[in-house]
Amino acid sequence: MNWFTRVRNTLPFIGKRDTPDNLWIKCPNCQDMVFVKEYEENLSVCPNCGHHGRIGADRRLEILLDEGYDVLPQPQVTEDPLKFKDTKRYVDRLKQARAKNPHRDAFTVGSGTIEGKPAVVGVQDFGFMGGSMGMAVGAAFCNGAQKALDRRAAYIVVTAAGGARMQEGILSLMQMPKATVMTRRLKEAGLPYIVVLSDPTTGGVTASYAMLGDIHMAEPGALIGFAGQRVIQDTIREQLPDGFQRAEYLYRHGMVDLVVERKDMRGTLSDLLEYLQPQAAA
Amino acid sequence: MNGYLEFEKPVAQLEARIAELRSSAEDDSVDISSEISRLEIKSAALLASTYASLTPWQKTQVARHPRRPHFRDYVEHTFDDFLPLGGDRYYGEDEAILGGFAKLGDRRVMLIGHEKGHDTESRLRHNFGMGKPEGYRKAIRLMELAGRFGLPVITLVDTSGAFPGIEAEERGQAEAIARSTEACLALPVPMVAAIVGEGGSGGAVALASANRVLMLEHAVYSVISPEGCASILWRTAEKASDAAQAMKVTSHDLEKLGVIDRIVMEPSGGAHRDHTLAGELLGEALETELASLAAMSSEQVIRQREDRFLSISG
Ligand SMILES: [Zn+2]
Repeated sequence: MNWFTRVRNTLPFIGKRDTPDNLWIKCPNCQDMVFVKEYEENLSVCPNCGHHGRIGADRRLEILLDEGYDVLPQPQVTEDPLKFKDTKRYVDRLKQARAKNPHRDAFTVGSGTIEGKPAVVGVQDFGFMGGSMGMAVGAAFCNGAQKALDRRAAYIVVTAAGGARMQEGILSLMQMPKATVMTRRLKEAGLPYIVVLSDPTTGGVTASYAMLGDIHMAEPGALIGFAGQRVIQDTIREQLPDGFQRAEYLYRHGMVDLVVERKDMRGTLSDLLEYLQPQAAA
Repeated sequence: MNGYLEFEKPVAQLEARIAELRSSAEDDSVDISSEISRLEIKSAALLASTYASLTPWQKTQVARHPRRPHFRDYVEHTFDDFLPLGGDRYYGEDEAILGGFAKLGDRRVMLIGHEKGHDTESRLRHNFGMGKPEGYRKAIRLMELAGRFGLPVITLVDTSGAFPGIEAEERGQAEAIARSTEACLALPVPMVAAIVGEGGSGGAVALASANRVLMLEHAVYSVISPEGCASILWRTAEKASDAAQAMKVTSHDLEKLGVIDRIVMEPSGGAHRDHTLAGELLGEALETELASLAAMSSEQVIRQREDRFLSISG
């Protein structure tokens, strides 16, 4: 796989220009044509307008953690517990998603350091079935928290999800209290839990571990909310305000501590960890 | 036919026939009264057999039945001396989620739950049982109060979901739900939740992260409404019945999956046919569960609740 195919796979929402050499992509925000290599070097942020594109789990870990981190093995969970089938079988959707992604599900955990400070970083990948939260995501989230407890390290979670993994029905809903058990344990153990909200974070993920951080950071422009915009519009039949449910809007309404550009994320995390050093258990 | 669901039509026809015979019976002739009692037995049997084999989508209709007992009906038939408490102390009073002190038998408890309302005026006042951030924050306040004064917490869950609106988002709907779930898990006192009607997604789990989760026989509990699931995965809400089937939303399915601990039987033909009996059956189940938790220490209560959710594995 050459570097370009790799980039393309991690950028499912950025259309490539239909040229034989495929060297340019079009920014979905400003429509500017950007040289792919430049875009990748700029952490998938448009150099023209600053639009933060979606990135995969591995790239995210690479950006945030010091070199030499470990990637935790994907936890084993009951696969397709409901034997779910809509227009397609869930097992086939999973197979399809796995063929397009280096990981077996939407949550990947790296354990290492950030500028020398012990940190476990969990990353949710929107590229895997919309980042949706099912049992594998819940279990991986909990594994990451447990790793932080074991290492007495900070737990940092980069969220991204369209919502619940509907194909796992109620078991997907049960990941909300399950993850919350672990955020409580981190708190009791005197360890920091930091949430980085990336685009998009909605539904049950927002209404559980994404909103329980000691610190909430968000990437510029990220869509963050509980209810989907269409659902809201269908319910209240009103025009949604400009910038509704975007990172800056959440900041204005007091739900986010900091809106931080991707290039500054690692440094800001490092600064925060200077203050949030592990304390004796409560 | 008013008040009857589509699949109850045969029962409705029989009952109409019985009523007709009754009113036409000038004299209590033996012929007619024996015919009436024959039809009554037939109608009761038909009702029982219909309700014994409801599909998940039919159960969804029953769970949403306009005459299904709601919070205020259980306050009347299950509890004594309800003393409602209002407000989240930050923003306002949300009547979609009610709460206060109550007695269950001899036990003093904190009772919290969704109220959908029963007519147009009350449905609007209670916002159809769709809680806003202030409702969940009131629930948190009441749970913390119960924890400090050693009162067990009982929640009655009955919501299509938390309210999706601009202001609810602005005031942190997601954060309020997350904190409410966290408050359930932090309680140093026993907590029993009962899904009495619709258990709709995060708005339900925020009040249902309990030591014991009960579910009424014909209630439904799911991550998204069957219509919502169908319109996303099947691209049409008309496939709601298929979605309800596929998602496993019924009490029997959820008991098998280990998501709920006990099914509370309903009166024949559903709780909406007999609020008094439905309330008594729920009360017995709640008392049994609270009694089973009464001997636990605070640490044990918290640990049992945590383990309950960590171990759900399908
Ligand atoms: Zn741009």
